[in-house]
Amino acid sequence: MIIKNFLMLCIFFALNFVNQVDSRELSIQQLEERKKADLERAEKRKKRGKKTFSKEITLTTKITFVSMERKTPPVLSNLDPILTDEGFYGVKLAIEDNLTTGRFVGHDYKVSFHQISLNEKLSEEFEKLIDKGHKIFIVDLKEDEILSLKQLKNFDDILIFNVRSKSDSLRNEKCAKNIYHIPPSYSMLSDALTQYLVKKKWTKWFLVTGPDQNDRNYSNALKESAKKFNIKIKQEKVWDFTSDLRRTAGKEVPIFTKGSRYDVLVVADEKGEFGEYLAYRTWDPRPIAGSQGLKPNSWHRTHEQWGATQMQNRFRRESGRWMTEVDYHAWTAVRSIGEAVTRIQKNGVEDIIDYLSGSSFGLGAYKGVKVSYRSWNGQLRQPILLAAPRSMVSVSPQDGYIHPFSELDTLGKDKPESTCKF
Amino acid sequence: MFNILLLLVSIFYSSAVDASKAYITNEKDNTLSVIDISKRKVVKTVDIGQRPRGITMTKDGKLVLICASDDDRVEVRDAETLKLKYHLPSGPDPELFVLSPDDSVLYIANEDDAMVTVVDMNEKMIIDDIPVGVEPEGMGLVGNGSVLVNTSETTNMAHFIDTETLEIVENVLVDARPRVAMFTPDDKEVWVSSEIGGTVKVIDPNSKEVTYTIGFEIPGVNEESIQPVGVRHTKDGKYTFVALGPANRIAVIDQKSKEVIKYLLVGQRVWQLAFSNDQKTLLSTNGVSNDVSFINVDKLKVEKSVKVGRFPWGVVVSP
Repeated sequence: MIIKNFLMLCIFFALNFVNQVDSRELSIQQLEERKKADLERAEKRKKRGKKTFSKEITLTTKITFVSMERKTPPVLSNLDPILTDEGFYGVKLAIEDNLTTGRFVGHDYKVSFHQISLNEKLSEEFEKLIDKGHKIFIVDLKEDEILSLKQLKNFDDILIFNVRSKSDSLRNEKCAKNIYHIPPSYSMLSDALTQYLVKKKWTKWFLVTGPDQNDRNYSNALKESAKKFNIKIKQEKVWDFTSDLRRTAGKEVPIFTKGSRYDVLVVADEKGEFGEYLAYRTWDPRPIAGSQGLKPNSWHRTHEQWGATQMQNRFRRESGRWMTEVDYHAWTAVRSIGEAVTRIQKNGVEDIIDYLSGSSFGLGAYKGVKVSYRSWNGQLRQPILLAAPRSMVSVSPQDGYIHPFSELDTLGKDKPESTCKF
Repeated sequence: MFNILLLLVSIFYSSAVDASKAYITNEKDNTLSVIDISKRKVVKTVDIGQRPRGITMTKDGKLVLICASDDDRVEVRDAETLKLKYHLPSGPDPELFVLSPDDSVLYIANEDDAMVTVVDMNEKMIIDDIPVGVEPEGMGLVGNGSVLVNTSETTNMAHFIDTETLEIVENVLVDARPRVAMFTPDDKEVWVSSEIGGTVKVIDPNSKEVTYTIGFEIPGVNEESIQPVGVRHTKDGKYTFVALGPANRIAVIDQKSKEVIKYLLVGQRVWQLAFSNDQKTLLSTNGVSNDVSFINVDKLKVEKSVKVGRFPWGVVVSP
């Protein structure tokens, strides 16, 4: 009996302990409780018969989210679920934020989601949407798909926010005045990472590039950053093995990484086909950075500074999962539109472009400083988070990189280097 | 000999004028630090609820109220023993709050929830909630308690709420991420700090018009790290102090002309401010350097910094 009681006591304390250790992040259960409390409160409020402040609607802004159905890629990790709803909750949350603001100033926002299926043609479906009067688009599309939109007959009358592609050419020689880019470009990401590696004096690199076009784009940006910040790329290799590495990485990677002396293994593997399997398997004991290991991101689950905790909580409450970069980009795009409409009280495409590219636009986006758009190519100017899988390592621009206009412009192609001409 | 006597007298005198204490919430280690203001020393540290942020006291100095944000409630503690007396319901994620002049009503900003919750202090019950903008934070109450100004960080507005009807009467658009709203001692102005916008807007509470926009420029500090948060006005109408976050400085502003007179270098990421009762000392919470700075208000000089817990957030001084 005594033993039994003692055991019960032990279990009780153990459970309590677990609860306490778990306290930093709100669990889904806690979030659900908050959700429930909200509903109960709303119910009570209704009973009290109180009205919510709302001005008469004088302006309605329609926003359209367009994505493509994709073939499911082979599962490369057993950990992360393959998401088919990236961007959706980002838009949803931002629309709610816009509506809250709108309620006080008499603005309404309407959103529609369009997924173009595998057997439909992007341009045809897009034309249909434009014909129906859709003008402001958030697009979760790849580089070539975005480029194809420039051929649409009414392209000049619409406004597009890119929330996925990091391609530098989209922001340079292939840029367009009415396409805004929320994701940091590859050159911004590589500069952000390189500034930090320079600070660490890890200036000798072994660069590994994956087989895809995106990997090559990332790798080219890394090489440019290396040149800019006087980094020596001691060795460069392309990874073109196609086998599943889960059982063989221990044999392949040491041989692959044997060779010259370097400080850090920098990898460009956007899909995550092999990058995850490099750590702890290299010939020399070296850290990994780039698309895996220490990774430059626009958003990350470890981010909790500058009010990001609120954003993470609100997002998880809405979606039941963590916010991804695409979700964050979609949120930022919709909030940018909302901020512009709130300030200028107009929602014409030209009006929004003038405001977003002007000097008075600034948005709080949980990055510690306001984010804004580069007038010369429509790129969102933003701090970049350098994160390991379970900890935030640093935020770039690093201290000491100064700039006459904004230190954020030390990341990526600055105005004089840009080849974008509107 | 005379010197020693003078010293003794001055020690006695100084402790007699200000025996009050400052209470500091440490957001990241769930503790409360108590500072003896005259000794400028931490005299006590106690464990409190999770993610403590906003802190205030009843006028009689008997109770300390703390927003335990991750516990979704307000802790009420005995100011002397610091023992937990009871919890108040607050709605989810309470961040900052303000007590009515007679301490009968507590107005709480629920950051995760886009609500201002109104709690009856005697009944210990929620009596109403007011839907406001996204991520409400700043809570400024006019002297007689009839008007409450709440700021919403993502909606970028100052909401004017009639505390009689508990309804919004007007919304004023301010710069990005408004953090604090504070009425001047004569109640003729309400100052709203915008963290990301980098400005302080002065609003006329009658016309609800923005009458001034105060900007800040500090040589050698980039514009983006100037992030105004805490605002405190001296009662004599002379100065207003504005904490500038990661600029690590407090701006001293002429309350009448709205000119910035001076920048005081304090600890890292300075957010909230509180005066001692005689208003001769201003205390600031410096989140990143984990300390509290003491500023001499007459001399406009930073005199000392005292180490507290991890990420000090709120500060209140006992009467």
